[in-house]
Amino acid sequence: MIAVRVQREPFSPETLLGRLEALGGGAVASFIGLVRADDGVTHLALEHYPGMTERALDAMAQDAAARWALLGATVVHRVGPLNVGERIVFVGTAAPHRHDALEACAHLIERLKTDAPFWKRETRATGETWVEPSSPA
Amino acid sequence: MRVLYFAWVRERVGAETEEIALPQSVRTVADLADWLARRSPGHRAAFEDRNRLRAAVDQAFAPFDASVADAQEVAFFPPVTGG
Repeated sequence: MIAVRVQREPFSPETLLGRLEALGGGAVASFIGLVRADDGVTHLALEHYPGMTERALDAMAQDAAARWALLGATVVHRVGPLNVGERIVFVGTAAPHRHDALEACAHLIERLKTDAPFWKRETRATGETWVEPSSPA
Repeated sequence: MRVLYFAWVRERVGAETEEIALPQSVRTVADLADWLARRSPGHRAAFEDRNRLRAAVDQAFAPFDASVADAQEVAFFPPVTGG
């Protein structure tokens, strides 16, 4: 089961985990990314490339499923305005065994940073700035 | 051809998307960037530092020497920051 979604509205980790648990494996691994209050950030705006984003997320989930023995992979990424502390992204994997679930989940988290067309704009009291990647792509 | 801009590239150009008739002299992503840069002061500002730009051809990341000859859609944007 590959499930990828880009959405403005919040997601329910419990619902997403429940679907992965229902696949009958022995392991579910997951990651939730939150908006950090870095250096006075009050909120974040996430922009993406509709169409390309969904294709990129689907391709990375399919790649993970080809590389590890997975029963399912889920990626849900939010876009639009987000406040500090809000959930931005959910990555979850289900597998017969923990090793595959954990490794595939970690791999997907890393690829999200470099291989999907998202951009973040931070708002502080001093103004707005586009986030630059920490290591050049 | 449709050209799309995202993040600060969009802000500098002052448009999300433009329809253009591709001149024959424009063969690669780099040629297209050079050609677009001459359209307005905003375009020039968006394209002035090529090292800060990335591109996609028909919704797939593409290097600046990639061909745009048969492309329907080309996008320019800063390095991505997902996750």
